[in-house]
Amino acid sequence: MTELHSYMLLAAAVFCVGLAGALSRRSAIVVLIGIELMLNAANLNFIAFWRFGPNPEVFSGIMIVIFSIAIAAAEAAVGLALIISIHRHLRSTKVDDVNELKG
Amino acid sequence: MDAGFAIIGFLTLAGAAGAMTLRNLVHCALCLVLAFGGFALLYLKLGAEFAGFAQLLVYVGAVAVLIVFALLLTRNIESTGERIGARDWPVGVAIGVILFVLLGAAIVNSPFSHALPETRANAPTVKEIGVSLMTDYVLPLEAVALLLTAAMIGAVIIAVRETDSRK
Amino acid sequence: MEETGQFVDSLESLPVALKQWTVGFAPEAVRPLLDATLTALPIMAVFGLLFALTTVIERKGLGRIQNRRGPNRVGPAGFLQWAADGLKILAKEDIVPRSADKVIHYLAPLALVVPVYLAYSVIPFGKDLVAIQLDAGLLFFFAVGAGTELAVFMAGWSSRNKYALLGAMRAIAQMLSYELPLLLSTVAVIMAAGTLSLPEIVRTQTGGFWNWYFLTPWGLAGGLIFLAAAAAESNRSPFDIPEAESEIIAGYFVEYSGFKFALFFLGEYLGLFVMCSLGITLFLGGWDSPLPFAPFTWLPSYLWFLLKLCGLIGLFIWMRGTLPRLRIDQLMNLAWKFMLPMALLTVFTAGLCRFIADPLLDWIVGLSIIAGSYMWLGRSLTRAQNIGPRTYRFAD
Repeated sequence: MTELHSYMLLAAAVFCVGLAGALSRRSAIVVLIGIELMLNAANLNFIAFWRFGPNPEVFSGIMIVIFSIAIAAAEAAVGLALIISIHRHLRSTKVDDVNELKG
Repeated sequence: MDAGFAIIGFLTLAGAAGAMTLRNLVHCALCLVLAFGGFALLYLKLGAEFAGFAQLLVYVGAVAVLIVFALLLTRNIESTGERIGARDWPVGVAIGVILFVLLGAAIVNSPFSHALPETRANAPTVKEIGVSLMTDYVLPLEAVALLLTAAMIGAVIIAVRETDSRK
Repeated sequence: MEETGQFVDSLESLPVALKQWTVGFAPEAVRPLLDATLTALPIMAVFGLLFALTTVIERKGLGRIQNRRGPNRVGPAGFLQWAADGLKILAKEDIVPRSADKVIHYLAPLALVVPVYLAYSVIPFGKDLVAIQLDAGLLFFFAVGAGTELAVFMAGWSSRNKYALLGAMRAIAQMLSYELPLLLSTVAVIMAAGTLSLPEIVRTQTGGFWNWYFLTPWGLAGGLIFLAAAAAESNRSPFDIPEAESEIIAGYFVEYSGFKFALFFLGEYLGLFVMCSLGITLFLGGWDSPLPFAPFTWLPSYLWFLLKLCGLIGLFIWMRGTLPRLRIDQLMNLAWKFMLPMALLTVFTAGLCRFIADPLLDWIVGLSIIAGSYMWLGRSLTRAQNIGPRTYRFAD
């Protein structure tokens, strides 16, 4: 039987991998991938708490995850549109190159 | 920890690690798909069917394809020769490790670390989810609808190629 | 009469009874695994055989439409052509380009075929012949359909061939664009049936062809949108620009040969079959027989399903032979500017018709909304293209 803390540890591990990658990679798209991993890890936490919680007739964990998936999709769309637009302007997707307010 | 969780958890973590460390960005995106698939399997294992299928449909079917399209449109697949990490990448990795140690310590020392019984509740049927979306959660539903509309219009406006500008 | 009823009932339960009799021979521990295998294997075998037969029937059907015979050398009237094709494909050399991305090149055909086979598990082929009873079956179907888009990208990108990549991008753009009308046209059925579970949706349509959703105004529109979007999802003519032989050779699978190409071919046809099966389940009453009295009920439910499936496959072959191919911009315009608004209107009409009790008023209101908007949209979109009257210049 898998216990709650296994799921929480896995979610924490994926969250930290996503965070480490988002903080230390140069390409903006990989930063966005890291953010998606962090969001997924948080969703896993919600579902695990719903399953192991005291009264599972209240399925607010699942509802939060459904909304979170929708919002994450919207955020990925806008983020990638921004990356594409910046690439069109600067010819580069490295986060180090977006350091001027001009233009 | 049973065998199924061990396998799926290992695959998810391997996918996440691959997505963050590989040099070829398309390989990163495909490892991310593996991680998403692992998460969907974990939701199914926990009994949240609707969330698992929604995860597959939205994340694997839309977000991953979106990331792949962005990779192809910005044409930065390989970064051979250059380093893939930012200037201070050890700091980022150290922050990740320290955070994991902190969270792990908090989880292991929490009341949850003792075996909680897995309550065998029935997962909500689609009908129940629909009813609760229309009664309890109607305000978040409308807000998310507005957000998705705004995001769609905004993404199109940001990414559209200006045709009347300088040639 | 009673004996025929009992005989038909035993024919109905024949597959499940056969499986349970076979599973009874195995020791206790292995039974669930054997049960699952014996549920999956017949589906894979039946649809694999149907794929083989369809390749021959399609070539002969296209030949007849084009006023020629199809293949007629191998076997009686050419009906063993599939065996010859299969042997040829298996014996071909498997060429992988030197600069291809080996792992992704290897996994792409699998990533296409496996989700398509998974989608077969929720379709009710007969009265109690569904592999998995899922409460959110339709959602599962579309969720695994999303895996095929990634397989297309993997195939196109790993080949390191710019035409393959171009074909892959076009194919993904097409599949994504047509997924919206596909999903929205099924939302109308979900609203009417009140459930996402496919056996339940069929159960609400039983009792004769007047109960089928195809014979309601929103069901008619939804069914036609579903069929067109299904053809586009399976890259089937007239939507086959990403893989048209005269345009881009084979598009995203141009660098594949031998058995991997056969897997792509199999995956495409299986995708077509599973979309047809879903269309039958949602709009044409599934395994229900059209008239609820004898002698129509003497045929078991899975044979009715097979008959309807063959009819729809014939319709797709007919479409392929008759309609010219759409260009990629015409295709995208059709998806976003025409089919998406029509699908939204279908959903609106389905919701509206739920409150109208009289069937005739139902039809009048539904048909006026859908047909009126169809004509108005069609006129305004084609007017925007400034297609003048055709002028001819003759050489003198």
